[in-house]
Amino acid sequence: MDIILQPWPWYVSGPLIALIMFILMFMGKKFGMSSNLKTLCTLCGADKKSEFFSFDWKAQRWNLVVVIGAAIGGFIGMYFLSPNPAVNINPETVSTLQNLGFESAGKAYLPEELYSLGALTNIKSLSILIIGGFLIGFGARWAGGCTSGHAISGLSSLQLPSLIAVIGFFIGGLLMVHLLFPLIF
Amino acid sequence: MKVLGYLIVGIFFGIVMFKSEAASWFRIYEMFQFQSFHMYGIIGSALVIGILGIQLIKRKKLKDFNGQKIHFVPKEKGFTRYILGGTIFGLGWALAGACPGPIYTLIGAGYVSVIVVFLAAILGTFVYGLLKDKLPH
Repeated sequence: MDIILQPWPWYVSGPLIALIMFILMFMGKKFGMSSNLKTLCTLCGADKKSEFFSFDWKAQRWNLVVVIGAAIGGFIGMYFLSPNPAVNINPETVSTLQNLGFESAGKAYLPEELYSLGALTNIKSLSILIIGGFLIGFGARWAGGCTSGHAISGLSSLQLPSLIAVIGFFIGGLLMVHLLFPLIF
Repeated sequence: MKVLGYLIVGIFFGIVMFKSEAASWFRIYEMFQFQSFHMYGIIGSALVIGILGIQLIKRKKLKDFNGQKIHFVPKEKGFTRYILGGTIFGLGWALAGACPGPIYTLIGAGYVSVIVVFLAAILGTFVYGLLKDKLPH
């Protein structure tokens, strides 16, 4: 039991993610999470504004059930399987983050500075969450997928477009962390 | 019954995302700083098994649970949309530290603020839909 309560190592987590992809494949579906955002747009009536959202959303209901499950899984992971959810990152990373003003580095699962309830009243951290979320949604749809659809499913089936997209993910991530973070924080 | 199956797969996925710490902003930052093998190990080991398994499915022509052939629809060819869209996604991934799966996991784990990221991601998707025809693909 103690092994389950500890953070799961990469060599357990990675194969389990592959297993989830295979279970969905054998259920006749594709592992891809960002398409739910498109489905939710259609559910909110976006099909009246753009052709892009005119599709049979009912065929995507299964995937909405998967993400409802993902939320329940997060609840179970947090409240039943993690006596100490603090993420034990590299001490060097901790000191870099502390220099940027992230005091919670190494002590929490998410940075308090961005994700505590109090941070919602801070215009800067609120803007970061909004801009970050916007870029995730916009970029994932433009690229036709996210980490699950391209980096896992797409690369597993050796698709060149997915490789290009994943290279893009890293260009964006590296630009953000190395060039923009020192300007933002 | 099928709904229950998807729900269980989702719950399992959420637990894996949470316990692997792939849903942690700190792990994403550490990955882009190249200061830990953790995230590369997760993606890399998922890929090795994914590639081998898919080759097996293709060669043995395995059928799914309903007895249907498993299809691998090739993604549309192209470059611009993947590199530019990918870069925009990467900027958001590193800034908010969450991707479109873990967003739900984190909300379930009680991080109310992640709802802001979630709603903004829906808005981003919507704006893409409005601008789609004006963007290079």
